[in-house]
Amino acid sequence: MTETAIFKDHDANRRVKTKWWASRVAIYAALITWAIICLFPIFWTITTSFKLAPDVMKGNLIPWVDFTPRWKGWESIGISPRLIGEISTVREEFLKRFWNSAVVALSASALAVVLGSLAAYGLSRFNYKFGFMRNSDISFFFLSQMILPPVVLALPFLVLYKSLDLLDSRIGLILLYTLMVLPIVIWIMRDQFQGIPVELEEAALVDGLGIWGAFLQIVLPIALPGMVAAFILSLVLCWNEYFFAALLTATNATTLPVMVASQTGSQGINWWSMAALSSAAILPLIIVAIFLEKYIIKGMAAGAVK
Amino acid sequence: MTSDGDLLHTVTADTISDARRRTGKAMVWGSALLVALLALWQMAYETGRISTGFETWRPVLYAYVLWAFALCAAQVIVNGEKGKRTLFVLPAALFVISLVVFPLLFALYISFTDWNLASPNGPQPNGWDNMREMWNDGFYWNALKNMVYYVLAVSVEYVIAFGLALLLNAQIRTRKFFRVVFLLPLMLSPVAVSWMIGKSMLEVRFGPVSRVIRELGGEPSFFGSPEIARFMIMAMDAWTFIPFMMIMLLAGLQALPREVIEASKVDGATGWQSFKEVIFPLMLPVSVTAIVIRIIFKLKLADIIINVTSGGPGGATDSVTSFIFREYRDRSNVGYGTLLAIVYLVLIVIFVTLLLKLVSRWMERPA
Repeated sequence: MTETAIFKDHDANRRVKTKWWASRVAIYAALITWAIICLFPIFWTITTSFKLAPDVMKGNLIPWVDFTPRWKGWESIGISPRLIGEISTVREEFLKRFWNSAVVALSASALAVVLGSLAAYGLSRFNYKFGFMRNSDISFFFLSQMILPPVVLALPFLVLYKSLDLLDSRIGLILLYTLMVLPIVIWIMRDQFQGIPVELEEAALVDGLGIWGAFLQIVLPIALPGMVAAFILSLVLCWNEYFFAALLTATNATTLPVMVASQTGSQGINWWSMAALSSAAILPLIIVAIFLEKYIIKGMAAGAVK
Repeated sequence: MTSDGDLLHTVTADTISDARRRTGKAMVWGSALLVALLALWQMAYETGRISTGFETWRPVLYAYVLWAFALCAAQVIVNGEKGKRTLFVLPAALFVISLVVFPLLFALYISFTDWNLASPNGPQPNGWDNMREMWNDGFYWNALKNMVYYVLAVSVEYVIAFGLALLLNAQIRTRKFFRVVFLLPLMLSPVAVSWMIGKSMLEVRFGPVSRVIRELGGEPSFFGSPEIARFMIMAMDAWTFIPFMMIMLLAGLQALPREVIEASKVDGATGWQSFKEVIFPLMLPVSVTAIVIRIIFKLKLADIIINVTSGGPGGATDSVTSFIFREYRDRSNVGYGTLLAIVYLVLIVIFVTLLLKLVSRWMERPA
């Protein structure tokens, strides 16, 4: 072209511009569509927990416009402004399940992160030989536990726990959940430790620390974000676990998912109370997702990228 | 990485006295002896040979834990610095071995008995009877067939997840907002999802989805016919797990070398061409990793099925896990259920091994 385009209103320019706008619109339309697909069930559940029976039947959607929010659903689990000061057995029941879930998920994740980090560090720094097993075999042994379907372990554990008097106890669940998330923790942490230069520890050794000293004082602080990521990912998995909890607990140690599931079975569909219960069960993790999203993504990306 | 020798070299000159070595060994063997004695005693008590014993096997467990700790401590006592290295891996290894290997061996034994929790006789070995029963059990084979469909559904999830990852990787505002929103379904427990979507949104009378379908002139029925029911289960499972693949693929996309893509643009590649010729091949390792992990998770699919359809209609949505779950829950058939689980495990191991063999050349590293 000989003339310099000062005004960008030439035909060719305009075509580029429309094309650009079209792609923008398409991208945002797709994003918003999927965002609605993701959010609608959550929105539906939370709003339903404030509905009364007629609202459910009429299919009212938007609070304050279509229907007036009521606390009826939340009253059925004893949490509402009116009931919060009073003693309520349903709330006790709910809080007990909530507490069980929290204790089990937190301790299992913590235990898995401790055991997993140690193993991952060892495997990334030293060469082992246990019998015929070398480092790669040991790694494979740990990671291969991921394949193990829970159903294979469930029935033996049922019998085993019965004879050990661990049935329906939190300890029993904690042990199993730790086992379940351990391969994932090792997967993430191995990646973390491989990214930390060995020279750091070498310097620490020269300065007179032992290998455990170097690990605890030098390596751990650097690997902390990775550990948080592994911890949160484990937390999500443990909090949501249903299969083992349904089989191995009966009254004392039942977790929230078991409580939610048992409600659907027994009394038909009691919409508002089910919605309130489901909302209460998912809210903690939604909050975790919003505030700690960075770590969750870090954890899941660990296996994907070198 | 170097193939022999440690990555982190340590120079150690341990002088370990014979007395110290003996103490360490005594600790391990002593506690092991304690476990064996307690176990023998308990077994004798339960079979009625002696009259005094413990109510449960708890004391044996405590002794076992003591032995595990003694074994770890003895590593350092006997081997000095070298033992300190072993101590990194040993706890996790002991933990996994005692929680996986023993129960698996036990499962192998149970699976060849006719154990039904409802029967008073306890387990009686019954040889190959369970195998024969399985061979003739149409519902089990049906569940295995369903697993094939469920695993195949991963391909569709992959396409959607890749699309979403590309969208999130585009030049957009409020990327963080969309990322959090897209991640949310993964946070929800399958049980909650089965109520939120399966039982309330897809409810035939009042559910919002049924309402929309009725508006459009259709007659909503989600769990009536086998195909649609199976599709609904797949859709719910996909809804929860697409974010998982999406995040992995997004991480892969963001780690791509920018120069290569820009170079393809300079060379005049259109968007589709640069995707097909540059981005997709570069993403292959990440894609394969994501798909393999997703398939492994998919093979455990059960919670949603148990809570929404409990396998119905007529076993059309049954996964192997949900089928065995009901075999135990409804019929207390521990022996037979365990055999089915063991067979499933063998099939999974064969399948995953073949899969890894097949795809390992496209993967960054073996899983």
